[in-house]
Amino acid sequence: MATKTVSEINERIRDGSVSVLTAEEMTAYLQEHSAEEAVREVDVVTTGTFGAMCSSGVFLNFGHSDPPIRMQRVHLNDVEAYTSLAAVDAYIGATAERTSVPGESHEPYGGGHVIEDLIAGKEIDLHAESSGTDCYPRRMLDTRITIDDLNQAVMVNPRNAYQRYDAATNSTKRVLYTYMGTLLPEFGNVTYSGAGVLSPLSNDPTFRTIGTGTRIFLGGAQGYVIGSGTQHDPDNRFGTMMTCGDLREMDAKYVRGAAFHKYGISMYVGVGVPIPILDEEIAAATGVSDSDLTTEIVDYGIPRRSHPMVREVTYEELRSGIVDIDGKEVRTSSLSSFNLARAIADELKRWIGAGEFFVSAPASGLPVRGRVKPMRETAGQLLVQDAMSGEVRTINMHAKIRHAAELIIEGYFNHLPVLSEDGTLIGIVTSWDISRAVARGDVGTVESVMSKNVVTSTPDEFVELAVRKMEKHKISALPVIDQGRRVIGMVTSGDLNKLLVRR
Amino acid sequence: MKMVIHISAMVQDPVIAKVILDTGVAINVDRANIDATSGEIVLEVPADSCARVAHAFEREGASVSVLEHPIIRDDAECVHCGACISVCPVQVFSFVDDWSVAMDESKCIQCGTCVTACPHAALRVMSE
Ligand code: SF4
Ligand code: SF4
Repeated sequence: MATKTVSEINERIRDGSVSVLTAEEMTAYLQEHSAEEAVREVDVVTTGTFGAMCSSGVFLNFGHSDPPIRMQRVHLNDVEAYTSLAAVDAYIGATAERTSVPGESHEPYGGGHVIEDLIAGKEIDLHAESSGTDCYPRRMLDTRITIDDLNQAVMVNPRNAYQRYDAATNSTKRVLYTYMGTLLPEFGNVTYSGAGVLSPLSNDPTFRTIGTGTRIFLGGAQGYVIGSGTQHDPDNRFGTMMTCGDLREMDAKYVRGAAFHKYGISMYVGVGVPIPILDEEIAAATGVSDSDLTTEIVDYGIPRRSHPMVREVTYEELRSGIVDIDGKEVRTSSLSSFNLARAIADELKRWIGAGEFFVSAPASGLPVRGRVKPMRETAGQLLVQDAMSGEVRTINMHAKIRHAAELIIEGYFNHLPVLSEDGTLIGIVTSWDISRAVARGDVGTVESVMSKNVVTSTPDEFVELAVRKMEKHKISALPVIDQGRRVIGMVTSGDLNKLLVRR
Repeated sequence: MKMVIHISAMVQDPVIAKVILDTGVAINVDRANIDATSGEIVLEVPADSCARVAHAFEREGASVSVLEHPIIRDDAECVHCGACISVCPVQVFSFVDDWSVAMDESKCIQCGTCVTACPHAALRVMSE
């Protein structure tokens, strides 16, 4: 079996004889050649990905002012940074949002944008506050800084470059604004993320060459893998890595602040990993193509920890622009940029070819086993059944409006579920609907004044989700139904709020 | 071609219908914002009848401007992700060979969906 070492490859990088392919080129190469030939002919395969990586941020050291201040609160362009570190150290996270001044509207701006602006060399407003100590007497500081004024600016990203990511769609009747972008109603589109054939961790899925100390491309500079990223979940092929690099060497082309409408701030980060082709197993793994890589399309219309799966899908289908969902052609959108992923793999290839970048063996590979645990919650979640009232008056759709008016007056409630012949829920009338009808002298049946789009709840729905539903639809009560659409209770926003407050 | 018509005072008049009858040109209404005293209407007009249609509107007392760029992209901000592609109802955006995102702006009906869907604030709907 053909093998090769990292130092042999680095020798070739030094003397200019190294042979480098991007992961896309390697996939094509391996359709014509064997893995054994690949080990002899190809030294390094470069990968790349460029997408939203929320778990990212930068450690900053500002230097000491005179008189000195122990910065307990720091804002950079009105974006708060974390300061529970030493006096003039801070960590600015990508998703921190600008503190908004009431009444003023702003373009979305946050941590990701501050980081991008720092790299671009722009001046940043720095505001710091402190309660003052004997050794750090100063209480307030305002100045303007650029990246060159900082002692250190080190990007440390707890989780980057997911091996793959669930694609998103939306079964509900309204538009959803999520961190997976705008999801149109009734399976109107599918959004996905990930570079497929170029994805770093998918090209070395057993992490033979990727681990603590692996030198990589990070944001346009040479950076390193620290170890596995948070939520690293290799058992489910959701591997991640933690990365670091010197912000001062980065390029704002590869680090971009971003904002997801009605969700919040994020940052797009460019990551590229070189894979030294040391043996046939490593070579064969880099032959992976979009058609080999599967992920799941999940329904973001169900706001639970695990969104239900709609179907399995390959990156090939996602990238074709159209996927089939139950016989319907649904258009796809990528959130990550394949164009820039390719630019990263190309750039890394150029660096290695020019003798500017040397590959490294990891001190230890990323763990190949392990999975993510859900949160342990000690208090138990409140359900709608804990708050609903089981005594609910209903009315038949053919009943007279006057009858509904009497019921409402008797019962002192505002919502009356309307039942069809077979006793299932078909509509709802409010005291407002009824008063209006009575005022107009309307003598028809309930059916003519009821609203047919009833928003409902179920006994096992989480209270938080029911509250959100009411807020969304600007309503104050939900009929609670069983699986046969029979009304078994009624829950009002008052009931739910009381329950939440008691907690 | 996109044409923006500003009307005032005569919002009661069926201006668009009159112009269609006068000129015999098939006009598509992309978007119309009309309130009690004034209105702004974006029309799609076949390029070869633009001048005639514009004159007809002016005769009715409306002011007319031609929208060369109904949707504008700031190429310095665009990262060619493609988030805009699937949300556009008329398929203005598409991936081309090098996986950059191309635009056929003449199709745009200015619905605004892509503007909020773009994570990089690169898109703007133009009104003049
Ligand atoms: S969503 Fe914005 S950044 Fe992405 S391709 Fe479209 S215009 Fe460019
Ligand atoms: S404004 Fe609407 S029609 Fe125009 S490009 Fe954007 S999404 Fe398409």
